[in-house]
Amino acid sequence: MASINPPKPERKGLTTGQWLMVLFLLVFTLVYMLPFLGAIVTAFRTPDDISLNGFWSIPREITFRNFPEAIQRGGVSRFLLNSFIITIPALIGTIILSSLSAYALARHRFAGNKFIYFMYVAGTMLPFQILLLPVFLLSNNLCVQEAYELGQFVLNVPFVDAKVCLYNSYLGVIMIHIAFQMGFCTFVLRNFMRSIPGEIMDAARIDGANEFGIYWRIVMPLTLPGIAAVSTLEFTWIFNDYIWALILLSDGRKFPVTQGLSGLQGQFTTDWPLITAGALVATLPTLVVFFALQRYFIGGLTLGGVK
Amino acid sequence: MAIAEKPKLNKQKVNRAPYYFILPPLVIYLVWIIGPVFYTFYLSMTDWDGISPNAEFIGLENFQKLFGSIGSVLPSAFEYSLYNNLVWLLVFITVPTAIGLGLAILLNQGLPGERLFKVGIFLPQVLSFAVIALIWSWVYNPRAGILNEILLMFGWPEDNLPGWLADKQLAIWAVIFAAAWRQIGYIMILYVAGLKNVPPTLMEAAEVDGATPWQRFWRITFPLLAPVTTIVIVISVIDSLRSFDLVQIMTRGGPANSTSVLANLMYIQAFNNYKFGLGAATAVVLFGISLVFIIVYLWRVMQDELEY
Repeated sequence: MASINPPKPERKGLTTGQWLMVLFLLVFTLVYMLPFLGAIVTAFRTPDDISLNGFWSIPREITFRNFPEAIQRGGVSRFLLNSFIITIPALIGTIILSSLSAYALARHRFAGNKFIYFMYVAGTMLPFQILLLPVFLLSNNLCVQEAYELGQFVLNVPFVDAKVCLYNSYLGVIMIHIAFQMGFCTFVLRNFMRSIPGEIMDAARIDGANEFGIYWRIVMPLTLPGIAAVSTLEFTWIFNDYIWALILLSDGRKFPVTQGLSGLQGQFTTDWPLITAGALVATLPTLVVFFALQRYFIGGLTLGGVK
Repeated sequence: MAIAEKPKLNKQKVNRAPYYFILPPLVIYLVWIIGPVFYTFYLSMTDWDGISPNAEFIGLENFQKLFGSIGSVLPSAFEYSLYNNLVWLLVFITVPTAIGLGLAILLNQGLPGERLFKVGIFLPQVLSFAVIALIWSWVYNPRAGILNEILLMFGWPEDNLPGWLADKQLAIWAVIFAAAWRQIGYIMILYVAGLKNVPPTLMEAAEVDGATPWQRFWRITFPLLAPVTTIVIVISVIDSLRSFDLVQIMTRGGPANSTSVLANLMYIQAFNNYKFGLGAATAVVLFGISLVFIIVYLWRVMQDELEY
């Protein structure tokens, strides 16, 4: 290894050692991405072509059929819609609720401040299994006797005046996501809000702003970079959830795409081009978010991981 | 991140405003997260099957059943799970940490194409476990998968190809490998951020004093990265204990329990076999192992708090 030094601004004179490192990184990255790249290539081929000539053969024909097939016959479009129906309200709820507690924890001293903060921090590390049974039971027992039209959309309602529960409803999955993700968001946003200079808030107080006004008009706008960072992360995390949908949903028409995909393998056992095409379509939303908001994504991870 | 100053304290009267902000989120948190933790502890001491109206309190019987199954002639699912969790944990704190750190150092030198390499290696972190499980199920597929095709290309005898996920010995390693594939990019990014805090002047000074790259790494870089390494290890342990999705989708714990982990075993006990009490007990065991590392992490966060 030639040097651990940071780069000199000019890149003209790369030493042989540095070229070797670039070469190594190039090969490493390509091999690393092979499963993913291989899946992309497979998604454009026909099962016959692969089984006859093997994966490493040059594709005889390129087909786009697998994508519409996975979307329609495999139901990926419905699953994707479900994922959004769950992810977007959960994300908004998480951000609003955790910014409220983050503001109080960051800018006010009161009894229990530190305790509540550490409780949220500890909660981010819980294994889901310690929550599965009680949350499952809770969702089965939080019911209302009568449901209205709105309820038909949000909850599972076979008949208008049947008993309606959180179990097997989008809302049930949304609620556990909000509750669980609040810990991480509160942690990051609270530390972000602490770095806002207090003078701005004092000035607003003197001008007669109330607490909610300070939170909404001053602290929130100044926290936007932090909110952007946690939002991109949270979008990916909630969108990629598998276990909560598995526990709290029983109706296949409500499954998010993660759960829908694992069913795809059962449905089309050996049709790998179709399965990989479905997987790629399922990945698109998070890939788009990642590539569009990369800076915030990485920023959020490092904010949360290392102070 | 530097903290500008401490929040001002209003000494005149008890300020009730913060409680209005704290309460709505806190109620949800107590009902959905904190309450359930305690309720699982209670369930773990019952024999509830999830259906009958009454659950009998049986003390620590479930735990005795779990730990009593260790050491029998045929390893129990619990024994496999404990062992696999341990293997997973040990692999996770060593392999992705070392590779992630190595990559971070290589990618911290301003080489051309750096950003592209970083994105490529980080990409799996953006994919859901469900997608990763599908992709790797395909990679490991004995007939259609690319892994065995590569082995064939290198002249591996065709009648002796490994079964990967169907092989009792290999399956757990295959699953852990797929999980590590997702983890390495995350660790790399954490170390890349950490390396930004290593002052280049220190390195230059050491170089002038004649320190070899090896010495500079072990004497300067690595000690300065200690706080990052603590976090990396805590995250790796917690993620390894959370391993559920991959096992559930790729193998469901099979063949013959050989890929079972505690997270997956708990799900099967509770939701497939309706042994709520036993499942809760398994969850408590998993929680107990996590707790050690949760405390390490909390301690780290508290240290940060005391600095201000």
